[in-house]
Amino acid sequence: MSVSRSDVTQIAQLARLTIADEALDDVTDRFSRILTLVDQLQQVPTEGVEPMSNPHDMTQRLRSDEVTEVNQREALQTVAPEVEQGYFLVPRVID
Amino acid sequence: MNWEVVMGLEVHLQLATRSKIFSGAANHFGAEPNVQACAIDLGMPGMLPVLNEQAVRFAVMFGLGIGAEIGKRSVFDRKNYFYPDLPKGYQVSQFFEPIVGAGVFDIPMPDGSLFPVRITRAHLEEDAGKSVHDAFAGQTGIDLNRAGTPLLEIVTEPDFRTAEQAVAYLKALHSLVTYLGISDGNMAEGSMRCDINISLRPEGQDTFGTRTEIKNVNSFRFVERAIAVEVERQRDILEDGGHIVQETRLFDAENNETRSMRSKEVANDYRYFPEPDLLPVIIDDETIEQIRQTLPELPNDKRNRLIHDYGLGDYDAALLVDSRALADYFEAAAALCGEPKLVANWMLGDLSAALNRADIGIEQCPVTPVALAGLIQRISDNTLSSKLAKQVFEGIWQGQGSADDIIEQRGLKQVSDTGALEGMIDEVIAKNPDQVAQYRAADDNKRKKLSGFFVGQIMKASKGQANPQMVNELLLKKLAG
Repeated sequence: MSVSRSDVTQIAQLARLTIADEALDDVTDRFSRILTLVDQLQQVPTEGVEPMSNPHDMTQRLRSDEVTEVNQREALQTVAPEVEQGYFLVPRVID
Repeated sequence: MNWEVVMGLEVHLQLATRSKIFSGAANHFGAEPNVQACAIDLGMPGMLPVLNEQAVRFAVMFGLGIGAEIGKRSVFDRKNYFYPDLPKGYQVSQFFEPIVGAGVFDIPMPDGSLFPVRITRAHLEEDAGKSVHDAFAGQTGIDLNRAGTPLLEIVTEPDFRTAEQAVAYLKALHSLVTYLGISDGNMAEGSMRCDINISLRPEGQDTFGTRTEIKNVNSFRFVERAIAVEVERQRDILEDGGHIVQETRLFDAENNETRSMRSKEVANDYRYFPEPDLLPVIIDDETIEQIRQTLPELPNDKRNRLIHDYGLGDYDAALLVDSRALADYFEAAAALCGEPKLVANWMLGDLSAALNRADIGIEQCPVTPVALAGLIQRISDNTLSSKLAKQVFEGIWQGQGSADDIIEQRGLKQVSDTGALEGMIDEVIAKNPDQVAQYRAADDNKRKKLSGFFVGQIMKASKGQANPQMVNELLLKKLAG
């Protein structure tokens, strides 16, 4: 299976990646080769095999509903580029 | 052309857990920004989610409450999108294997009938943070307290044809989840948010028209209004020969219109895949049975019981089971005075009017069930006329004591003593010879009207305390001569 340049551009956009124009052909080609490998895997007969959602053959352990975290806002916000009145500030997002 | 409206609803319900769905940070509304957002909620590198047992339990309770299939195995998935209030760049949700499967929820309608709504599924997910767009010059403020709040997203089939049905569903859902105690259901605080999928089709057509989705409508009234304006907008477009664009819209309550959310450059493509940080959740039959044992009596069962055991009408019963507190109040007062119908009338009449005026709920009601039962006893034993009862009710509301205290203080006892009443009647007849003559000369029809004059005079003379039925009886005898 092969993908087009525009597929790659769209996927890059969804992932917020910038791919330089001159790199686009190369990335498209490598994308296509990965998908070829996937196509090959698709041919493995999987009838009667339970879909695997996690490689560990275990089930989820649950946490009891207790508040165990204290307020660490000050410490956590030291790594933020900008904060004001307790808020993280980011470039304006317009809906 | 006649158009049929087709709607399906998605409700995001915040679950009333103490802590977040995947972290031990507190889950309370209204805290200072970011004081309840820990490293996991912030999506710091290396943090791992651990699922909250109570969130799972609440989801199962909901599923059992509507008789849905419970996903004995459910799996979390990542829904990928970028927005600043979603620090990880994905929302942990359940896409392929939800915790609650299909079910049917019966909705009581105002005419007393039941409207069955098919629930497609309900799944667990985490809420995102909040963006504040207008408080900082040229910047957006992010509060991640809400990030990681457990949500149950409840999805229906496209079963709604009218706004009335949609609102009835939301009200029934609200009362179900508050009965179950799995959410506070506070719409103003965003505990219950509704997305409406809506399309029109020519009456009689089988296939659906193109739909739009109105996001995050947060009150029953807004749901009704949003539907009305969106239906009108779509109808206008279709009748002009236009096409509906499938898109997400926002309801603007101030201008009473829906507006397109600036369509994203790329169509929604969430690229769901299984969340590798969480294992499949397995719930065994024994656990499901245990949870079933803890379910309280649910609104539909309670409504049927009130109709059956207390002889209430369908609609009165539906109103009284709206909240557990209201139903408990009713049952307490009815048991005390043995007059369930009078209790229902007072609760749905004067009491709820007074609560509305004071803008408080039944939980804050200054008139206790004991006090209301006391008042009703004095009505049913004829101590109080309904007019006097209203005055006494006011007094109880204002904290002046029990019905008996107030009757005593104000000397409000209804006069039911034949001798005393006869005295008053004689006096009124003596004072108004002209009217008496007129009455005696009149035919039966006119007499009925004329007798009203005398009743009025007697009630006035007794300061409203004369027993009206007895006055009527005695008066007619005396006027007959």
